[in-house]
Amino acid sequence: MMANFIHVITTYSFMQRAFLAAVLIGFIVGIVGVLMILRGLSLMGDAIGHSVLPGVAMSHLLGLPHAIGAATFGIIASLLIGFITEKTTLKKDTVLGLVFSSFFALGIVMIAQIRTMTDLHHILFGNILTIRQADVENLMWLAGAVLLLVLLFYKELLLTSFDETMATVYGVKTKLIHYLFLFVLTVVIVFAIQLVGVILIVAMMITPAATAYLLTHHMHRMLIVSTLLSVSASMIGVFLSLQLNVSAGSTIVLTSFVIFLITFLLAPKKGWVINLLK
Amino acid sequence: MEMEMIKVSHLSASYLGTPVLKNVNFEVPKGVMVGIIGPNGAGKSTLIKAMLGLIKSNGQVQIGEKMPHQLKSQLAYMKQGSDYDLNFPISVKDVVMLGLYPSLGLLKRPKRKHHKRVADALRKVEMEQLKDCQIAALSGGQWQRVLIARILVQDADVLFLDEPFTGVDADSEANIVAILRELRDAGKSIFMIYHDLDSVTTYFDQVILLNKTVIAYGPTADVFTDAHLKATYMRGDVK
Repeated sequence: MMANFIHVITTYSFMQRAFLAAVLIGFIVGIVGVLMILRGLSLMGDAIGHSVLPGVAMSHLLGLPHAIGAATFGIIASLLIGFITEKTTLKKDTVLGLVFSSFFALGIVMIAQIRTMTDLHHILFGNILTIRQADVENLMWLAGAVLLLVLLFYKELLLTSFDETMATVYGVKTKLIHYLFLFVLTVVIVFAIQLVGVILIVAMMITPAATAYLLTHHMHRMLIVSTLLSVSASMIGVFLSLQLNVSAGSTIVLTSFVIFLITFLLAPKKGWVINLLK
Repeated sequence: MEMEMIKVSHLSASYLGTPVLKNVNFEVPKGVMVGIIGPNGAGKSTLIKAMLGLIKSNGQVQIGEKMPHQLKSQLAYMKQGSDYDLNFPISVKDVVMLGLYPSLGLLKRPKRKHHKRVADALRKVEMEQLKDCQIAALSGGQWQRVLIARILVQDADVLFLDEPFTGVDADSEANIVAILRELRDAGKSIFMIYHDLDSVTTYFDQVILLNKTVIAYGPTADVFTDAHLKATYMRGDVK
């Protein structure tokens, strides 16, 4: 089984690209996922993931790279969610559900008009075999940029995630940081949907972070643990997808979930079974 | 030399069209401990937030010669302890370290002297033993002492505290009051929202009695009278 996997990876360049892309995406979402859950933006990630669908369709119509349309619609959705939340007394989760479902519905209508169902399937669930060399290079840049941003602005990210009010008193531009983070989140989602699709992207982002949350009490350790878990889940997920001949997104997400489940039960301090035995 | 004043003039604020503060005016000298007293819904927290510029308001706030936005690093705010996510992955030491953000600024990492300041502040609030603990492990009183340590390292001139004694044991309250008095004696101005009417005269140099607008303000002995308290707590909504 393993020998076959190594043979496939070493023989076919498209598989090498896919494997490398999965590792890079795992690395990126491992970091961004932590910030997403600590800033209470898990649902926002889901919303952006679903909202990029009409952007992909629009890009196809205009002959532009998918990433441009997807990013544009992701940003429009996050701004619209912020605007409606601010101008009404509706709860944020209501606005999130309202906006992303509508964008998603629009995307399905648009794609139905212009593409085949196979394409829709790839957008919804990802297709690792469509990853090109240029995508891998872009992912390397993105991974470097995300790592650099977190290293440089760790203090600001910690402050604004933990106590936004205090950050505002200190004169930190909290709204700017919030929207910059949403922008980074959108870019990451746009790149990652190629691998896992718009439906599963949020699970890929939050599951390793949630597992790390159960394992550590410090944000910097949580970032490291989440990244390691996410990269491992990506590698195992790609391996399993080859063996089972199913989409890599689903096997990556399921691998992450199994790791989460084991941690939930057996984590040294917060594990359910461990606490039961105490 | 003329004493510097903290002056609030014609301050109003509303929430979704309902007035929460209406034409608030008062003036207190710098370097005193001021109690903000009033019933629930009187606009006490809103007053502090408006003074700090955290919410939209009309009117003017002047601290000495300056406006609050010119004094960002000199203002400290301690919101209610229950407003924090205590399950956030952060240690006691790191929470206190955040108080140094205004003096560290963008992209700079804390140095040895900053770590020393954090250690000193934790010693002062008797929390150095628990410095590496995750904050969920603390009692209400311990958590409030950590927040006080964060204020200590910030070394701000004007402190705003929103009910710092809620859920706090007697020992912690005594520890916090002693520290706040020291700060006051060192020239810091302290505004504190406070509920226990029995201790008002012992804790505060000045009081502001608030119920959407200021009912009375000034030295505690002059203002904290039955007549003023009745007016503050019996008053209906200000239209």
